Amino acid sequence: MFDTLLPYLLAGISVGGQYALIAVGYTLVYGILRLINFAHGDIFTAAGFFMIYLTASLPIGLSIPLVIILTVALGFTVERVAYKPLRAAPRMSIMISAIGVSYLLQNLMWYITGGLAKQYPVLPGLSETIKIGSATTKVVTVVTPVLTIVLVVALVLLINRTKIGMAMRAVSKDFETSQLMGIKINNVISTTFIIGSAMAAIGSMLYFTNYTAVTPTVGAMPGLKAFVAAVFGGIGSIPGAMIGALIIGICENLIKAAGWTAFSDAFTFALLIVVLLFRPTGLFGEKTTDKV
Amino acid sequence: MKKGNLRLIISLAVVALLYVGGCLIEQTAGTKSMIVTVLQKGAVYALIAVSMNLLNGFTGLFSLGQAGFMLVGAYSYAILTIPMAKRAAVYQYYNGGWVQFTIGVIPALLVAGVIAALFAALIGLPVLRLKGDYLAIATLGFAEIIRAIVQWDTIGPLTNGSNLLKTYPTLKNIMPGNTVLFTFIIVGICIGLILLLINSTYGRAFKAIRDDEVAAEAMGINLFHHKQMAFVISSFFAGIGGALLAMYQGSLQANSFKSSMTYEILLIVVIGGMGSVSGSIMASFLFIACSEWWLRFLDAETMLGDFKVPLLAPGFRMVVFAVVIMVVVLFFRKGIMGDRELWELGGRRGAKGGRSVK
Repeated sequence: MFDTLLPYLLAGISVGGQYALIAVGYTLVYGILRLINFAHGDIFTAAGFFMIYLTASLPIGLSIPLVIILTVALGFTVERVAYKPLRAAPRMSIMISAIGVSYLLQNLMWYITGGLAKQYPVLPGLSETIKIGSATTKVVTVVTPVLTIVLVVALVLLINRTKIGMAMRAVSKDFETSQLMGIKINNVISTTFIIGSAMAAIGSMLYFTNYTAVTPTVGAMPGLKAFVAAVFGGIGSIPGAMIGALIIGICENLIKAAGWTAFSDAFTFALLIVVLLFRPTGLFGEKTTDKV
Repeated sequence: MKKGNLRLIISLAVVALLYVGGCLIEQTAGTKSMIVTVLQKGAVYALIAVSMNLLNGFTGLFSLGQAGFMLVGAYSYAILTIPMAKRAAVYQYYNGGWVQFTIGVIPALLVAGVIAALFAALIGLPVLRLKGDYLAIATLGFAEIIRAIVQWDTIGPLTNGSNLLKTYPTLKNIMPGNTVLFTFIIVGICIGLILLLINSTYGRAFKAIRDDEVAAEAMGINLFHHKQMAFVISSFFAGIGGALLAMYQGSLQANSFKSSMTYEILLIVVIGGMGSVSGSIMASFLFIACSEWWLRFLDAETMLGDFKVPLLAPGFRMVVFAVVIMVVVLFFRKGIMGDRELWELGGRRGAKGGRSVK
């Protein structure tokens, strides 16, 4: 029993860790702007394409930092161009703008790649196979959870111990008051997008090592799932996002193990609805009160 | 009211003129011409955009499930109308399929709407208790679930799995030469019904919910009941729209009803103006004309003498298009019409109970 489930469990932990890295971007941005950044999944896809195009001419060692830098630049630009002008607009407008950016990025990637699936390069050290117990798997399966935990711990320290972290917490509590206290909210918001994009870039390297083919719309589904993970864990909470993502990743793969592959995606959204109905603040979210 | 009557007569006359115009264009230009394609597809999208506007623009429910309900409608229509003689060929991997009867085109369109509405009623029960962006994500998720389940092998005898559905009656073979008229009539009836609904007590309740949920509830409007109603009716028309889209396309596959389709329709609604039926209709025709016709040249690699025009390559059209949409979203947030109607222009602002307090 355990031997048959082990490969699925390992895959679940691995994919869950990758969702977690994407979910961090959602949870940070939603915590501060109350915006579902629909473009985040496409930024994740873009990171995959950056890697493909960079490794075509540069060594891997140079490509990896460059991918992170380019993805961060993309996230930063999206925020400045598409979200910043709408700070005072109704929330629905910002969400529509986010959908517009997602549409633009997908079309742009389709144009640049010609709509063909591209082969993701083999990252040395991640694609080799190893044996754990009775299961054979790739190194990335082991690297992902470790890397995810290290990054999440670093991020929690950043948010709880540094000045910019304090500013982020303040802005997410109260936008206007923190502005009055002299916090440059535009800088804080840019920082959250930079952190989120960097995480998405790292996540994409791990994710595409398992999935190999990159198409312009490949990021949409992991993006949505990562958002659900962020809601499940309690929006605004980074450890919550990680635990939510791991649970979703594992459940999804166990459902696949049971032979219900068609429903593995459905499960995620069913989970979202159950969580929102019975515990709208998620596992670790803070209580909010609705004011009229 | 005399002035109101006059305006109604003018509006009806304009609509009649459009019908005659559409019909004449098809007679002179031929069914295969670009403009007829635009008129057909534009009309179908107009219905779908108006149905989405009923939810997003009039009731203030930010739902992103439209592609899912279109898919349900399109599949219901196709499954019910494939001729008996051709079922064996279409369902070749599933022994001819489960459904062993066919119904007429118009009943099938109605059934398509009803089935989509039933799905909406079921999904709405849990989902409509969510607010704002959570509702958006949950409906988007359900649309994806529907798409996955339709392609599920176990119900293959019903939906043909991930294979094409084809040989059902299409626009071209039920009304040869008058495809535009057929589409316009069906779409016209549906949009007319939506307009009547919007101008009824229910429509005013929808707008009240959009403007302020708490105040609307305090006024005695049953929030859940009205939201459910808007959701079900919107999905009913989305289902018919999906069926018409299937008739336009000639063959059907679940994979084309992606979330990007919902995004496209949402962007049409935004360009036309959230809360304006006439805006959605105009934006649909504009959107389809641009994407299918006017901007086609951007996709073709062009030589001017020896000079190869840079950037022009397949896919560039959609990039330009997306940029234009972003400009509208960022700088012209009201869209073409804002929340007004074409026939209200020139009249006093807010004369028909439009919102004036913000």
